[in-house]
Formats: sequence, structure tokens, C-alpha cells
Amino acid sequence: MNFINELMTNPAITKALPKALGETLLMVGVSGFFVLLIGLPLGIFLYTSAPGGLRPMRVTNRIVSDVIVNITRSIPFAILMIALIPLARAITGTSIGALAACVSLTIGTVPFFARLVETALRDVSSGKIDAAMVMGSTRLQIVAKVLVPEALPGLVAAFTTTVVTLVGYSAMAGLTGGGGLGQLAYNYGFQRFDTTVMIVTIVIMVVLVQLIQWTGDAMARRVDHRSAAQAGTKKRRHEPATAV
Amino acid sequence: MITVTDLRKVYRQGNREVVALDGVSLSVPKGSIHGIVGHSGAGKSTLVRCLTLLDSPTSGSVSINGAELSASRDADLRTARRRIGMIFQHANLMDSRTAADNVAHPLEIVKTPRAAIRSKVAELLKLVGLEGFENAYPSQLSGGQRQRVGIARALASDPDVLLCDEPTSALDPKTTDEILTLIQDLTQRLQLTVLVITHEMQVIKRICDSVSLLEAGRIVEHGPLRTVAADLGGRLSSTLLPLPPAETNGSGTVLEILYSGDSASEPVLTGAARTFGMDLNVLAGSVESLAGTQFGHLRIQLPAGADTASLARHLTGQGVAVRVVQEETS
Repeated sequence: MNFINELMTNPAITKALPKALGETLLMVGVSGFFVLLIGLPLGIFLYTSAPGGLRPMRVTNRIVSDVIVNITRSIPFAILMIALIPLARAITGTSIGALAACVSLTIGTVPFFARLVETALRDVSSGKIDAAMVMGSTRLQIVAKVLVPEALPGLVAAFTTTVVTLVGYSAMAGLTGGGGLGQLAYNYGFQRFDTTVMIVTIVIMVVLVQLIQWTGDAMARRVDHRSAAQAGTKKRRHEPATAV
Repeated sequence: MITVTDLRKVYRQGNREVVALDGVSLSVPKGSIHGIVGHSGAGKSTLVRCLTLLDSPTSGSVSINGAELSASRDADLRTARRRIGMIFQHANLMDSRTAADNVAHPLEIVKTPRAAIRSKVAELLKLVGLEGFENAYPSQLSGGQRQRVGIARALASDPDVLLCDEPTSALDPKTTDEILTLIQDLTQRLQLTVLVITHEMQVIKRICDSVSLLEAGRIVEHGPLRTVAADLGGRLSSTLLPLPPAETNGSGTVLEILYSGDSASEPVLTGAARTFGMDLNVLAGSVESLAGTQFGHLRIQLPAGADTASLARHLTGQGVAVRVVQEETS
């Protein structure tokens, strides 16, 4: 009874929490959008420019892959975030707040997503690419009509994983003034020993991640036509072959 | 008609040069099916990749109806590729596309109007016997149906040449038969030039008009099916009309004989047995109809002390090829 009462009256929960949740969603939403926008083409480039790819570019691939992607990925996000504060100020005009945090969230997550995209594209069998080449496809047509559609279930799964990672990173961004649930938990839960806020924040984060994962899984299933078993009941199933 | 002239492909492997194709030449007339057989490593895959220009040959040329295929510019290369339709061992359909969308794929990439695509796809699916399967995804189709979609897709760009890379190697015998019948039927109906690359002799026997044997990047035997089959002792002949290993009893001479066409309709063997009054023992045999001609390949043993020479002369006189495989032992 006491706990419920506390939930209803604690201003940290009634006032600060909805605002923090909004900030978290803003950070995840905005940086998720930009990660998709930058990371997908980057991942496609990593795949197509690799040796033996559609358009091998040894040096450029090496530079992008080893230098940019791997170096960015090897810096812990907490440190990258601090290092990128000047850049965030240059882009958004401020160094604090959810929008400023989006800059470092995007930059920190793009290489991760790009690698996942590259891996998903590698799963497309070379036979399909050969078939498209023999038809006379251009490279762009192969990317648009073969690679991306055929890897779509994997790409959706990769993006889901990336968004979940963003939720985690966004909580970290709270520590440097990004706002959001992370900052709420830190300010109230840690610095003011307000256990209720801590618990509520954790529950919300868990639910948020679950929702993202479920949505992602459902979407991946929907776009996956690879096995008949997964095609589900909604789709029209044909009679077993009699002609062939 | 497709003409391949002195096609060579040399790969570099470190400091070593690997000759995958060592001067392959062949010519297939319109409306006929040519088979290329060879063991793995003979250069079949390289040949396929060079014919479709997925790999550029080191030297030599490929031409279709007299027009050179090899092109230096990307755009020309893509146009050239569209003159060859290709079907693959595993169909290589796009899993994210329905049967109809898979067939539409080659038309989409040249920006064919939507209405034209729709009617062409319907026509092609009907041609391969898949009416009513327009909206099925490849995963909902059987192996044979998938290969039919692959054939329809290969024909979408109205190619002159159909290249089949192990088209039935992943299918069961019954489905294999149906797919081969379809290929044969389409060749006649659309007057295609068909090249079938396979390791299955069954495919050659069923549909090919002519055949080449590829070995270590060279064509070591080639010719019309009828001619190569009739060549007793030839490599293709002995795989087309195989004899099981059989033990020889007794000491009499063992002969292999091969008869075909007219001589096949005559009871050559019993005739010879009667003429010479000897009992002929058939040890092994292979009797088949190839390219519409009856062939018989037999291993026979003569009784001890028989007059081998005059029997052989008699058989040869009747148009039967004779070869002594084991002399009489005493």
C-alpha cells in the first residue's frame, strides 16, 4: 500500500518520469532514424567494396572498414560521448539535452549497425547475385532488387538489435546531461537514494526493450519468405505439387 | 546459334598459373541441344562463367548468331548477357519474390511497362505449366516447380541461347524427367539454342542432339550423340552404353560388340551363332535407344577354340563394331 501510495505522490515519478521517458524515446527515435540513414548505405558499401564483392575497392574498403568502423567501435561509448561534446555543440548549438546526445548516439552506433548490415548481406547466396548478373542487372539494381530484399529479415533483426543498444546507450548519455531515464535513475535513484525511482526506471527500460524486440521479431517474420513453415497461416498455401 | 572459338581461361594462383580452359571450341545450331559432360574439376563451372561473361575469358570468343559477345563496356556487357537465358542447379530464385515476381525480375531491370510485364509473366508461367502459382513464394514450391520458375525467368528476356548449368542435379528422377521434357519441348517450340552442362549421362541420353566431353579444360571427344555412341572403345560411348563388370568364365575369347541403327533391328548375334554353329555367351550388355536410334553394346564370350577371326569378319560385314578384350587363354 505504501509503495503504491509512493508511486502516486512522488514528484520524481509523477512529474520527472514522463518527461524523462519522452526524452529517452526522442533520443532513441532520432538517433535510430539517423543510424538507419547512414548505417545502411555504409554497411552496403562495406559489403560491395570488399575483395570479391560487386565492386571491390581495396584501399577505400580498408580505410572505411579498419580505420573508421573498427576504431569507432573500439572506443567505449561513455568516452566517445564525452569526446564528441564539441561536435554535438557545433551541430545542435548545445552540449546538453536529448538532442545533443543524439549526435554521439548516432556516431557511436552507426559502425555497429553497419557491421551487422554487412553480415546480413553476406548471407545472401552468391547464386542469387549470379542470377541477377546474368539477367543484365546493374550494380545498383543488384543492391536494390536482390541484396536488400533478400537480406531484409536479417536487416530488420540487425536494426532491432541496434535500437535495443541505443536504449542502453541513451541511458548512459543521461550521465553527461543528455536527460532521459538514465539521468532520472542517476539523479534520483543513485544520488538521492530513491529506490522507488530506481525500480520504476528499470521496469520501464525492461518493458521498452521487450516491446522493441517483439516488434522487431514480428516484422522480421513478416518479411521472411524463406521457409514455408514460417510463412504462417495467413498466407495462402498451395496444394502439394501434383504437376511436378 | 552459338559459336565458341578457342576459349582460354588462365587463373593466377600466387605465382602459379592454372589453366582452367585450354582452347575450348564448339558450335551449336539453332533448335538443337548440346551437352557438355565432364567430371568436377574439368572446367565446367569456368566454362559456364565465361559463356555468361561472369568471368572474362583470357582469350577466345563467344558469339551468338554471328554477333560477338565479349564487350569492354559495362553497358554492352549487360545487353550481351540478356541474349543468354540461364538456369541453375538450385534455381537461384529470389526468396522474397513470388513466382510471378521472379519471372518479372529480368523485365523490371530493363524498365518494361507494368502491363507488358504482367501479360508476359502470365504467358511464361503458362508455358512452363505453373498457372495458378503466381503468388506462391519459392519456399512454398517443390524443387521441380522452382526449376520451372527458373526456366520461365530465363526465357523472360527472349534469349537466343539457353544455358543450363546442372539443371536437374538436385532433382529426383521423376522430376528430372519432367524438367528435361520441358526443356526439350521449349527448344523445339521457341527454336532455342541450348547448352546443357552436366555430369549426369542420363541428361545427355534423354535430350541432347550432340555432346562434348570436357577434360582438364579441353574438349577431348565431341560429335552428334549417334556418332559418339557408335564409336566402340570411345570414352563417351562407354559411358553412354556402359557395361557392368562381369566375370569371365572359361577360357574362350571375350569380345565387345556394338551395333546400331539398321543392324540393331536384325538378330545379328543369333544369326552369327547359327552361321558359325557356336554357342555365344552374353556376359554383359547395354541396349538403349539414343537420339532415336537403337544401340546395343554387348560383351560376349566365344567357346574355346572358336574361329574368332572369321566371326569378327562376319560381324563387321554386317556393320557391327567388334573389339577383342581378352584373347583365348589356354
